[in-house]
Amino acid sequence: MAYSEKVLSHYETPRNVGSLDKESKTVGTGIVGAPECGDVMKLQIQVDEATGKITDAKFKTFGCGSAIASSSLATEWVKGRTIDEALAIKNTEIVQELSLPPVKIHCSVLAEDAIKSAIHDYQEKNGLDHDH
Amino acid sequence: MALKLPIYMDNNATTPMDPRVLEAMLPYFTEKFGNSASRNHQFGWEAEDGVKLARKQVGELIGADPKEIIWTSGSTESNNLAIKGVADMYKDKGRHIITAVHEHKATLDPCKRLAKMGYDITWLEPGADGLITAKQVAEAIRVDTILVTIMWANNELGTINELPEIGKVCKEKGVLLHTDATQAVGKIPVDVNDAGVDLLSASAHKMYGPKGAGFLYVRRRKPRVRLTPIIDGGGHERGMRSGTLNVTGIVGLGKACELCRLEMAEETARLSKMRDRMDQAILSQLEHAVINGDPKRRLPHTTNISFPYVEGESMMMAIKEVAVSSGSACTSASLEPSYVLKALGLGDEIAHSSIRFGLGRFTTDEEVDYTIDKVVTAVKKLLELSPLYEMVLEGIDITTIEWGAH
Repeated sequence: MAYSEKVLSHYETPRNVGSLDKESKTVGTGIVGAPECGDVMKLQIQVDEATGKITDAKFKTFGCGSAIASSSLATEWVKGRTIDEALAIKNTEIVQELSLPPVKIHCSVLAEDAIKSAIHDYQEKNGLDHDH
Repeated sequence: MALKLPIYMDNNATTPMDPRVLEAMLPYFTEKFGNSASRNHQFGWEAEDGVKLARKQVGELIGADPKEIIWTSGSTESNNLAIKGVADMYKDKGRHIITAVHEHKATLDPCKRLAKMGYDITWLEPGADGLITAKQVAEAIRVDTILVTIMWANNELGTINELPEIGKVCKEKGVLLHTDATQAVGKIPVDVNDAGVDLLSASAHKMYGPKGAGFLYVRRRKPRVRLTPIIDGGGHERGMRSGTLNVTGIVGLGKACELCRLEMAEETARLSKMRDRMDQAILSQLEHAVINGDPKRRLPHTTNISFPYVEGESMMMAIKEVAVSSGSACTSASLEPSYVLKALGLGDEIAHSSIRFGLGRFTTDEEVDYTIDKVVTAVKKLLELSPLYEMVLEGIDITTIEWGAH
């Protein structure tokens, strides 16, 4: 299978690899997927409480090249956005940006889930409302 | 000499043709183009001579009489002919067949079809070492068992099942034994009489011969095995496989067998040394890496290694200059990891991360060095990226986590 240039770029030099302190109140952690499916993504966000903006994001992914690229892209996109703006990111935008083939769409779905899961965790920790 | 990329490390999938095989084949494309079934002229006789030599060359490699060789298009056809042919011919005697869950699809699928037709199939499960034992076979044989079909060596793991012991059990109980020896013939000593094998499948392209040529060994004495053919029309090959013979392919197959027989001892020594060096280098530099299947009872040129917490397809991407095969899910449309690795009872995080390295006649030490280096670098990089590895370092047992479905 041939990978798009953007997938290769994210795979070869993944952006924002690493971990944030998951115990911190200002950090939200999302872990989605399952080893049996061959994909596990961990995505973390650091939120500025004053502005409600995501100031940093990190990821680690067990999965194929497309899964790594999708999560790498997701961390790039959430940085600088507000919670609501980040929640608006759709997997179809990831598919489009990375030119993912149909068999790799689940990678983008997982990346969207990872963003939502990280935000959910942040909101839970801080007793904030969430409606999803 | 500069290393030429990409490097081919997938010799269990197919092998390049040996130039000596090609050379033997060439005249049969042009001047010796006759139909070996043409009995009345020089062209037919020349083709027949080529086929006759090939029968002898194949027979010598596996200890068979030349008359016991039935030409086919390859092992998939041979397996189909053996399994379905025996099932139909002996159906009045019984309808029970024994095989194993981690056989090649070319064995599994014919058995599944027979199951739909009312045959009873016993699916043996290998131990953690990947092996099917003679004891398992003996315990599964019933009065209505007509066939045992167990591969000689496994294509994903390279593990070698308990032959000749399985053959001995089948002989004692009077049950026919078919073995898919596609990975074994030409690589390790195979003798149909020593092993008590009644039917044996092999392909030319796995032993430096051409694609589209293979054979089924069918025992003629003690017992004389009969088969219902799949392809009718002209009664070629003792009526078991009609159709004009693929003379060029057969000539190539014969030559490939001859070369394997003459060079096996030397080649085995060279390849197993290289393979063991690769195993040791990788295992010593990557503490979590494990060899899948029994490391002793293995083909000399094959190793299947899992890199836990690293996913197979991303691994292949990282070593893209090295052509290998992965048991990972993502290489197929399904999300299931290799059924062979699952059959060994491996955890998902291990089954998803296996790579099969298949060395071959043309593999060099430089290529092995390059592969070791690439693999070690890639795994180290991917471990940095792996959330599973991070959890393990934190002391979390990932098998206890309840993972969500997606």
